[in-house]
Amino acid sequence: MLSILWNSNTGWVLLSTMTLGIAAGAIGCMAYWKRQNLMSDVLSHAALPGVVIAFLLLGEKNLLVLIIGAAISALVGAFFIQWITTSSRISEDSAMGMILAVFYGMGIMLLTIANRSAGGNQSGLDSFIFGQAAAMVRSDVVTMLILAVLVLLIVFIGFKEWKIYLFDQQFAKGLGLSIQSMSTLYTVVLVTTIVIGIQAVGVILMAALLIIPAVSARYWTQSFQMMIMLSALFGGLSGVSGTLISTMGNGLPTGPFIVVVGAGFFMVSLIFGKEKGLLINYIQYKFQQKKQMEVLKQEGGRL
Amino acid sequence: MGEIILQVDNLSASYRKTTVLNNVNFKIRKGSLTGIIGPNGAGKSTLLKTILNLHPALTGSVRFFNQPFQQAKKRIGYVPQRGSVDWDFPTDALDVVTMGLYGKIGWLKRPNRKHKQLAYEALEKMGMADYANRQISQLSGGQQQRVFLARALVQDADFYFMDEPLAGVDAATERAIMNILKELKANGKTVMVVHHDLQTVEDYFDHVLLLNKTLLCHGRTEEIFTKENIAKTYGGNMRWMGENREYAVHSVE
Repeated sequence: MLSILWNSNTGWVLLSTMTLGIAAGAIGCMAYWKRQNLMSDVLSHAALPGVVIAFLLLGEKNLLVLIIGAAISALVGAFFIQWITTSSRISEDSAMGMILAVFYGMGIMLLTIANRSAGGNQSGLDSFIFGQAAAMVRSDVVTMLILAVLVLLIVFIGFKEWKIYLFDQQFAKGLGLSIQSMSTLYTVVLVTTIVIGIQAVGVILMAALLIIPAVSARYWTQSFQMMIMLSALFGGLSGVSGTLISTMGNGLPTGPFIVVVGAGFFMVSLIFGKEKGLLINYIQYKFQQKKQMEVLKQEGGRL
Repeated sequence: MGEIILQVDNLSASYRKTTVLNNVNFKIRKGSLTGIIGPNGAGKSTLLKTILNLHPALTGSVRFFNQPFQQAKKRIGYVPQRGSVDWDFPTDALDVVTMGLYGKIGWLKRPNRKHKQLAYEALEKMGMADYANRQISQLSGGQQQRVFLARALVQDADFYFMDEPLAGVDAATERAIMNILKELKANGKTVMVVHHDLQTVEDYFDHVLLLNKTLLCHGRTEEIFTKENIAKTYGGNMRWMGENREYAVHSVE
């Protein structure tokens, strides 16, 4: 067990999935309050064709180039959703459902083509579907770390601006905050977080790393700052533990384990969370009921 | 009467296919307290939003203090409808009021103790000091409205726009809000309020602006707020209920 940790490559991979989890947890809170959880799922699925096209054009696996391809393809997907929603009678959720399926299907189709091409089946492109953190090399890890830290910096520096942007856009606009640039920045940050995560977690499950820590954190706090920090903590812990578990076996995908650990945090939060967790809700209800019964009993005695 | 500080010329606006505002022209003078009155769907909120650049104008121009909106926006305060935000957002009343100071604090800078103190004083003024650290989701509708008003007060603007601040609040809150509006007016500020309750118009506002898709009349309340004008605004389907000054409004089919 310890020998795995001391293996330098594993150490680096753990560091990168932890940072990824932290960044995804923080950005997930924004997606949560922008009511765009499903959107992050669409964006991550829509990234797949970009990854494969970037690989086919370049002919080799360079994470930075693949990430750029993924980002472009995710943004094209987002653009299509917006275009369909505004210019036709199709509602946003239908548009999202369509884009998710079509882009993912295209990605898989391109992937089979790439796998048949020379050197394609050794490319490890399959790992982009379910995530394979162990397949990452040092340069991949460095790319990921730099981008994740950048995303976290943007969240941290503009914390006050993010808060008012998410809480009351109209008022923010009245104060002179440019809603358009905030929305653009938000999309850039969200897409960056998604695309740096797809190698470690995979396109199918990447959205879970954004959504699950945020909804878990919601059960513990009534402060936006605390929610972001807790969500980052849950995300980071899920990233590290999921990666550790997957390194125990040979060739186990990372994504599913990260998501399962995250779901564990969610279950605990749902039941024991101090803000409207199931248990505390039940206890408070019983307590109130008992108090009310006593009041009634006393009144009954007097009558 | 004060100088003209808002001039609206030929303003029109639409939502998708329907034009909701048609060729609106009016001027507002400094120190006035104006009620914007009209039936549902008359475009009252849209008028405010279009004036404040929150909704695109089809035609027309708006000038504040003889300047375009962009240069005047620091002097303008806006109180949106209570329902326009998600009150489940994790924050407390004091924090929401502090948001009114974000423009003054400067972007990317953090609020300090002095800013928190100002926000607290504004809450105190609205009778909400005890609720400063209360979660906004746990506030009643009237308390939420007071928080919004406190947030506008800390902005220390010269010209306030309020979208139905009295909708669905209890009598105590209504009184507290109206006291603040009168105090603002006494301090030389100008206020425009979207208002629904016809019975209180004469007590609350010195000017009225009657709106139904287009501007019907605008001026001093005692001159403009007449039976005929109200009937015209509400589609002629108004019944005058006699001496006790009650109005019954029937929807136009």
